Amino acid sequence: MKKRVVITGLGVVAPNGVGLSAFTKALKEGTSGITFHKALKDLNFSCQIGGVPKISEVLKAQYFTELQLRGFNSSGILYGCIAGIDAWEDAGFQTDSDSPLDYDTGLIFGTGTSGVEKFREAIYKLDDGQVRRLGSTVVLQTMASGVSAYLSGMLGIGNQVTTNSSACTTGTEALIMGFDRIQNGKSKRMLVGSCSDHGPYLWGGFDAMRVMTYKHNDSPEAGSRPMSATASGFVPGSGAGALVLESLESALERGAKIYAEVLGGEINSGGQRHGGTLTAPNAEAVQRCIKKAIDNSGIEPKEIDVINGHLTATSKDVLEIENWTKALDRKGEAFPYINSTKSLIGHCLAAAGAIECVASIIQLKSQFLAPNINCEDLHPEIINLIHAECIPTRSQEINIDIVAKASFGFGDVNACVLFKRFKA
Amino acid sequence: MTKDDLISRLKTIVAPYVQDEEAFKSLTEDTDFVKDLKINSANLVDIILDIEDEFDIRLENEDMEQMLDVKSAMTIVTAKLKE
Repeated sequence: MKKRVVITGLGVVAPNGVGLSAFTKALKEGTSGITFHKALKDLNFSCQIGGVPKISEVLKAQYFTELQLRGFNSSGILYGCIAGIDAWEDAGFQTDSDSPLDYDTGLIFGTGTSGVEKFREAIYKLDDGQVRRLGSTVVLQTMASGVSAYLSGMLGIGNQVTTNSSACTTGTEALIMGFDRIQNGKSKRMLVGSCSDHGPYLWGGFDAMRVMTYKHNDSPEAGSRPMSATASGFVPGSGAGALVLESLESALERGAKIYAEVLGGEINSGGQRHGGTLTAPNAEAVQRCIKKAIDNSGIEPKEIDVINGHLTATSKDVLEIENWTKALDRKGEAFPYINSTKSLIGHCLAAAGAIECVASIIQLKSQFLAPNINCEDLHPEIINLIHAECIPTRSQEINIDIVAKASFGFGDVNACVLFKRFKA
Repeated sequence: MTKDDLISRLKTIVAPYVQDEEAFKSLTEDTDFVKDLKINSANLVDIILDIEDEFDIRLENEDMEQMLDVKSAMTIVTAKLKE
């Protein structure tokens, strides 16, 4: 008998809100976290706007020791540790450097690349013949699993500790991998999530591909336009999301607060076949991923109330909506509500899946729909597929029982997960 | 520079890395960086770099291998300053 898995803790560091209450408020009010960044302009970026969480020195000092902050220059690890510790404490656990080692809890915390600014610093020194002066933390800050290494030590985690990486599906994939591990009885709890650095050295490659919008440098908050007829590319974001997954029996045993149940999920790849490429999805594989996730969850497509899409604000949004209509066999007015958290925070890349899973759970737990901003002018091909009312542009209080969340990434990889409201 | 001056400057350098504050308060020439002050051995390279900056000297790998306590640090720094 497979274990049931619930969510007992959340943590988030998002461009429009750091911490659960600030982020919830921003979701409810449809607050954008996208701002202009002079550094991007100075470096001749086409896209000069982005989403960067606001972290004060005071806040940093609440999560890191002075020693940990010496020579520290990895924004992804910073965001990941804050979100991870918040989720852990939200689940009712203590953060204490002397806490007993917990062999029943594991950690899967993903990222795309780690400490890119630290890496840049190191390369400059190294090319100057100063390899001996790099200091002791270049490896820890730039290895992909840096965030997992920092977090597991802070929390004393003793089950599997690892980092996954699958482009923009990373966070959703981490959640599903953690879910699998608990479902199969290999751990009682898994802290899962993902993080992404901010800044020009991470975003430059995307700017070079011309996949980020250059049309809103003077109107940053209007820049991220998923599902809009005038969508012109994504806005880069950054941050981290974290969730504590736990077996239902463990959660009940310790009387933990339960946000929602993870019903099931699916991870697959389109193999860059049938229209899939390094950067474009194989539609057949996307639909298969969604259908399998629904099957694995033991529900019917008609039971889905809300979709939190991947929806990045590129020409691929139409294809994504079409894939959902086919996978669910629901269209027009019969289509569920759908929202794109990216309209508020941009595309947080490797962190996107985790932040958006947290956003999905918040909406499910508090029974509201966050608004989709910047899509007053819906793409005509989207209106041909689904009714405009499925895409709320204002915050709404509604009954939500089941949310489907999907993320897709470069390399033609897909992940989809189903969350259900938990009723004791 | 007197011995006391040197100890005091070294003390300022190692302070951020110290994990045992009690041992740090009673630091003497015989204090061992790792065994007594519980400094993470990975941080010894950072201490070396900070010493280089503070005294404007260069420490080689051989110096670093020997620099495990306050006394050896003092000996090496003093010798380098005379070079």
